[in-house]
Amino acid sequence: MTKLDSKIPDGPLDKKWSQYKASQNLVNPANKRKLDIIVVGTGLAGASAAASLAEMGFKVKSFCYQDSPRRAHSIAAQGGINAAKNYPNDGDSIYRLFYDTIKGGDYRSREANVYRLAEVSNNIIDQCVAQGVPFAREYGGTLSNRSFGGALVSRTFYARGQTGQQLLLGAYQAQSRQVKLGNIEMYPRMEMMNLVMVDGKARGIIARDVITGKMKRFSAHAVVLATGGYGNVFFLSTMAMGANVSAAWQSYKKGAAFGNPCYVQIHPTCIPVHGESQSKLTLMSESLRNDGRIWVPKHKEDAERIRKGEITPQDLPEEGRDYYLERRYPAFGNLVPRDVASRAAKERCDAGFGVGTGLAVYLDFKDAIERLGKDTIEAKYGNLFQMYEKITDDNPYETPMMIYPAIHYSMGGLWVDYELQTTIPGLFATGESNFSDHGANRLGASALMQGLADGYFVLPYTIQNYLSSEINTPRFDTDIKEFDEAEKETLERLQKLMNIKGSKSVDSFHKRLGKIMWEYVGMARNKEGLNKAVTEIGKLRDEFYSDLFIPGEFEDLNPELQKASRLADFLELGELMAKDASNREESCGGHFREEYQTEEGEALRDDKKYNYVATWHFRGDSKAPELIKEPLVFEEIEVKQRNYK
Amino acid sequence: MDLKLKIWRQKSASERGAFVDYELHDISPDSSFLEMLDVLNEELIGTGEEPVVFDHDCREGICGTCGMYINGRPHGPDDLITVCQLHMRKFNDGDTIVIEPWRARAFPVIKDLMVDRSAFDKLIQESGYVSVNTGNAPDANSIPVEKEKADLSMDAATCIGCGACVAACKNASAMLFVSAKVSHLALLPQGRVEAKRRASNMVAKMDALGFGNCTNTGACEAECPKGIKLTNISRLNREYFKASLF
Repeated sequence: MTKLDSKIPDGPLDKKWSQYKASQNLVNPANKRKLDIIVVGTGLAGASAAASLAEMGFKVKSFCYQDSPRRAHSIAAQGGINAAKNYPNDGDSIYRLFYDTIKGGDYRSREANVYRLAEVSNNIIDQCVAQGVPFAREYGGTLSNRSFGGALVSRTFYARGQTGQQLLLGAYQAQSRQVKLGNIEMYPRMEMMNLVMVDGKARGIIARDVITGKMKRFSAHAVVLATGGYGNVFFLSTMAMGANVSAAWQSYKKGAAFGNPCYVQIHPTCIPVHGESQSKLTLMSESLRNDGRIWVPKHKEDAERIRKGEITPQDLPEEGRDYYLERRYPAFGNLVPRDVASRAAKERCDAGFGVGTGLAVYLDFKDAIERLGKDTIEAKYGNLFQMYEKITDDNPYETPMMIYPAIHYSMGGLWVDYELQTTIPGLFATGESNFSDHGANRLGASALMQGLADGYFVLPYTIQNYLSSEINTPRFDTDIKEFDEAEKETLERLQKLMNIKGSKSVDSFHKRLGKIMWEYVGMARNKEGLNKAVTEIGKLRDEFYSDLFIPGEFEDLNPELQKASRLADFLELGELMAKDASNREESCGGHFREEYQTEEGEALRDDKKYNYVATWHFRGDSKAPELIKEPLVFEEIEVKQRNYK
Repeated sequence: MDLKLKIWRQKSASERGAFVDYELHDISPDSSFLEMLDVLNEELIGTGEEPVVFDHDCREGICGTCGMYINGRPHGPDDLITVCQLHMRKFNDGDTIVIEPWRARAFPVIKDLMVDRSAFDKLIQESGYVSVNTGNAPDANSIPVEKEKADLSMDAATCIGCGACVAACKNASAMLFVSAKVSHLALLPQGRVEAKRRASNMVAKMDALGFGNCTNTGACEAECPKGIKLTNISRLNREYFKASLF
């Protein structure tokens, strides 16, 4: 049995990180030059890690499947990034950011990791400003803040509705500088297909050149995965079309434990589904909930008349509207955390109060426009309003937006210890690809914070504790048997898919997987549904391996083959998610089990039995994975039921 | 909606390409342009043919991956959006739609509608940054920045690097792209320090990579999905002038 060691340093919570840094092993400059690090993924976590490691003197090989590192999906993050600067003088502190994050995650994350995240949050803002990230500013020239869900302070820094883009460009530019200086070798359009292990340590990867279809081998002294989340297992999500779990999944199959796979975040404010040909869902930033009020008609008859187009939302007087978040949660109102807001929307729609297709609620700016004027609203959210209008053909200045929850983020991911190392020595996971900091629910504007914290300020330190014992390992060639075997295994896996020569397209299977996942492993789950999901996914997987059709050549630019190999991994991950959700007989954060709720319909945790991280260990294709628990110990915080009322 | 499509098909960079005609039926006006192409590709796969290759990723107009000429305009007939944000309601039932890849010397075709835009990365690698290492940054509020300048900087920084400006330009010039980066950084005190070096290095690299010169036709500004302004090019010219004089 694998032993889990979270390596949380001793000492008081607020001293752990500084004491760790003071006592960890470091690598001297002359040795750094001799050490190679592979970083897979170029989003916030990957680009910031690659740049920082290269600046320190390591030799970095950086990979992305996109045509340019600047296109990683961090770029699509809209609203902002949290930090405990307390610039608005509203009582924020590192402790409060830490506390809000633990509570927001429904007490299912590690205290030590979250405290460190809050601690380095301020450095991130300093670093990004120094890089020239054009954050929003006040007339006096200082930085501007706004509020996000789950907090009573304004601690979110932003660059209009394009904060992710600006932060990513900052990291991309830092990375580009190191490419120019020769410290980073950049490999765009190169997709990691397999992890190569030598003597039980991660020593390299097999990647597929997307353009030629050829396999390439890369060796290193350590491998860092910064490969993002797995929301696309649901087919429809706010993820980029190419986002996938394959690098993490193939590492899982090589021995890296997967933590809390059932924790996915469903974002409350997305543009509703329009029809069968829909390929993805578009998020409307949570920042809109600062000024927008969420409501549905108070009476079912009105909702029905709106759905039929007999009346418009504007026809409905105030007393006919139910601002259900303000009604249920007077303290936080429209700014409750995402899981709470999503479930409340689903509850209203399931009860027959939905608008549009019936699966939508209103996000209304009428009061804000009256209070602040159209110009102010336009300055704050102009690009989001424009985006909404282009997609739906409705003008949100005049008629309320329609929104509905959609899959947005995965809190689960590869299990890592305090050093961000997986259960495979030399394999690290950062950003959304690891499970670590958000527990069962992530707060808004915390993904950008975690990605950059990991990449700029945590991994570049902790990886040295590992690399310090690798200084005597010389650079090595890839023509050794471990690489031969990994490449052969990868080729066989892909050949198998090409050779099925059935009749159905990759997307047709992916859409069906998405429907199973959304129905049974989505916003509300129960034992029976989860068991059904496992059976249905198994059947779908059998059909996939007997009736898939991939046109084109194997060694060529072949997007269908690329999609098929990603889907093969999603078909396995989906099953593990259902198993994990079935095992966790409680409700917490984004994981809502219908059997476990309070009388008022709130999530009901079971801290006695489930106060642990569920880590899953692969034991072979024909064997069930092994569950090993990492108990969560709360020394600083009193664990209680979340209350946003 | 029923549509006729004329799509540029090209097996690889070294082979000749040609327009191929397709017909599509029952397309929802609420679907996006790329979803319409998805439907076409599903049909092609159903008949055993290779699907049309095109670059795309975020499908919400921010990653800059998608881009193609539609009826003679980069990103199609609507203003201030990328192809992935273009919706079929902008077309009429029965329309013929002509779809081509970006055409520019610096962006060679890879396959069908997919082109190689790595020249943009090479431009950024040539000084398109502030030379500051991780750690050691002063407190974020220690240097105040005028709100107006921060806003102008942000206007320029919203460039998504899609390449529409180059594709729209008869000279295939990258001036709008380069000027957006030079402006974004030169307008901030943090980027001011290296402003001269940045302008001269990036302009020299632009020439070396085979981009054309700017003759002020303004096509780039007209077709930019993010509304990047020509005034950035004026600013680049001023920065370049300062760099070469002083």
